[in-house]
Amino acid sequence: MQSTARDFKHNAHDALRDANLQDSLSKLKVGFSERRRQAAERLPEFEALRDRARDIKNHTLANLDFYLEEFERKVIALGGHVHWAPTAEDALRIIADLCKSVNARTIAKSKSMISEEIGLNDHLEALGIEPVETDLGEYIIQLRHEPPSHIIAPAVHLTKDQVADTFLEHHRALGFTKRLTERNDLVAEARQVLRQKFLDADVGLNGANFLVAETGSSMLVTNEGNADLSNTLPKMQIVLASIEKVIPTLEDAAVLLRVLARSATGQESSAYTTLNTGPKRAGDLDGPSQYHVVILDNGRSSVLGTKMQDMLRCIRCGACMNHCPVYGAIGGHAYGWVYPGPIGAVLTPQLIGVEEAGNLPNASTFCGRCESVCPVRIPLPGLMRHWREREFERHLTPRTVRQGLAVWSFVARRPKLYRRLTGWANQLLALFGRGEGRYRSLPLASGWTRFRDFPAPQPGGTFHAQWARQRSRMRP
Amino acid sequence: MSARSQILDGIRRSLHRGELVGDARAAVDQRLATPPRGPVVARAQLPQPEKVALFCQWAEANNATVARVAAPEVPAEVAGYLARNNLPASAVMAPSPQLDRYAWGSQKMLSLRRGRPEASDQVSITGAFAGIAETGTLVMTSGPEHPVSLNLLPDTHVVVLREADIVSGYEDVWARLRDRYGKNAMPRTVNTITGPSRTGDIEQAMELGAHGPRRMHIVVVRE
Repeated sequence: MQSTARDFKHNAHDALRDANLQDSLSKLKVGFSERRRQAAERLPEFEALRDRARDIKNHTLANLDFYLEEFERKVIALGGHVHWAPTAEDALRIIADLCKSVNARTIAKSKSMISEEIGLNDHLEALGIEPVETDLGEYIIQLRHEPPSHIIAPAVHLTKDQVADTFLEHHRALGFTKRLTERNDLVAEARQVLRQKFLDADVGLNGANFLVAETGSSMLVTNEGNADLSNTLPKMQIVLASIEKVIPTLEDAAVLLRVLARSATGQESSAYTTLNTGPKRAGDLDGPSQYHVVILDNGRSSVLGTKMQDMLRCIRCGACMNHCPVYGAIGGHAYGWVYPGPIGAVLTPQLIGVEEAGNLPNASTFCGRCESVCPVRIPLPGLMRHWREREFERHLTPRTVRQGLAVWSFVARRPKLYRRLTGWANQLLALFGRGEGRYRSLPLASGWTRFRDFPAPQPGGTFHAQWARQRSRMRP
Repeated sequence: MSARSQILDGIRRSLHRGELVGDARAAVDQRLATPPRGPVVARAQLPQPEKVALFCQWAEANNATVARVAAPEVPAEVAGYLARNNLPASAVMAPSPQLDRYAWGSQKMLSLRRGRPEASDQVSITGAFAGIAETGTLVMTSGPEHPVSLNLLPDTHVVVLREADIVSGYEDVWARLRDRYGKNAMPRTVNTITGPSRTGDIEQAMELGAHGPRRMHIVVVRE
């Protein structure tokens, strides 16, 4: 997918002025995040499960080569195939070749963020193969030629009316000529259109929430049942998963499932959790006759053993973006690539470069809500700070900011000078008048005062001066 | 260098080690052989009758309907459910010996076909491998006796679940799978299903019947 992460500031401005988007985002605060809070409160063991989930992922990452080989061995033993893809191009080639081997014309896809990461749909279309997104949200945005704006709710930026217009435009040719106004009618129409696609598809392609090394199973979590239809009806199943999706055992899956659904949608359990292991067996009445797993690296292995390794624990629940004030204000598209929100601000510079995506980790006040809800306790603000440091080291930060920081660090390392200068600044600000307790405009601070007032210093001098007085009073 | 070794060697390089050997290898082998369980979820650690009640409570909370009957009443309950909901009195049923134990012949109006569903089938009837009390979740295992599409294609899914098959949590299901199929030998598909199909993809409002069944009726059987 083509990135517009470089234009983040511009994208964010546009998003703030988009009335439909703001309407949709206003529901996020009372939706996902409130439901997550209630689900967590209903389960006294939730915090202990989060600790355990973090430990399971850390253990797996420390032994990742072993568990991937073990997974491969089990898949092969049951008649499946494993394909290794170091890069996005490798994965595209492998999948295209598999589709061609069965003369596939239509493939039924269930939501896969990795397929967005490698640009799979465009690649297949160029080869004359029709990829049909079957998750309702993904289907809607595929019709609209938009990228997902959220990792578990790809169409969360759209209103019901926008969906109704999209369906009318695209389903008219199929005989659906009435503009629908009710959500359940929209769901029913999509069900009808997509049911035929499931029946026609030659290949079912899905991602994986987990790959279980113990059994060689791919594990998928959905609410709609679309992934299950897509991996049951077509003759070939392709699973596209990145290296960090592997976990050791079914017992580990039980822990991760308990935190995944609650963190994502606040559900006790998603409607469908499915384990697929190899192709259909002798005597089975349905299921694919071929089972392929494509394991993608795409730069992830180089993160292991570094300070940034923690990002590989992510189980893609979306809680960090549901709780992020920045995501809540601008939505997912402004981030400009595949993964939005706090996890996007951490992953994107890794996957497409800090030169392209250096702006994303800057869009945070480090309020820490993302880290406080992450089911695998990824220290997201700390990782974003790391990227800010890399950006600064590589001289990618704008010149004025660098000069400002240079002056600041010179002064901040000289306490006497610092106290004298802040004392003067305090007196100088007082000269501008502190009558109202705030300034509507200040020289050199227009970037701040254009949007909000600047607070005036209160009587009593600088913090340092007040602190010194306080201490001398406390000591006899 | 093959793509496979490119990835695996890359991982080892990043982790500053070679292939796992000695004690480190023994430790991960041991962890796979005897998987450690995570924190126990207390709410499902109950005597069997209360476990059954918890299962029913959560299944209903997740939009399934539940009927609790004795074994001889199963066919009448299924026929009655279809009639009460104005659904056709014909269904496609899993070709499972477990279901053959019920006296389906007693329901003269109910027409049953055993096998895989067609696109036109409105109702499916299946058994279940287990029920999970913690969340009201059903567990289905695929095989000649239970095609996966029975769980997915028809609009209405009627599930016959024996009380004795209701367990506390996932961990008990894994133990039963290993007993039945052997360790490391899973059936092609294990579906765990919690209520009817649903989506929250339009304005985050939950709607039932996205792609899978719109209705799920669970007949819990005392035996």
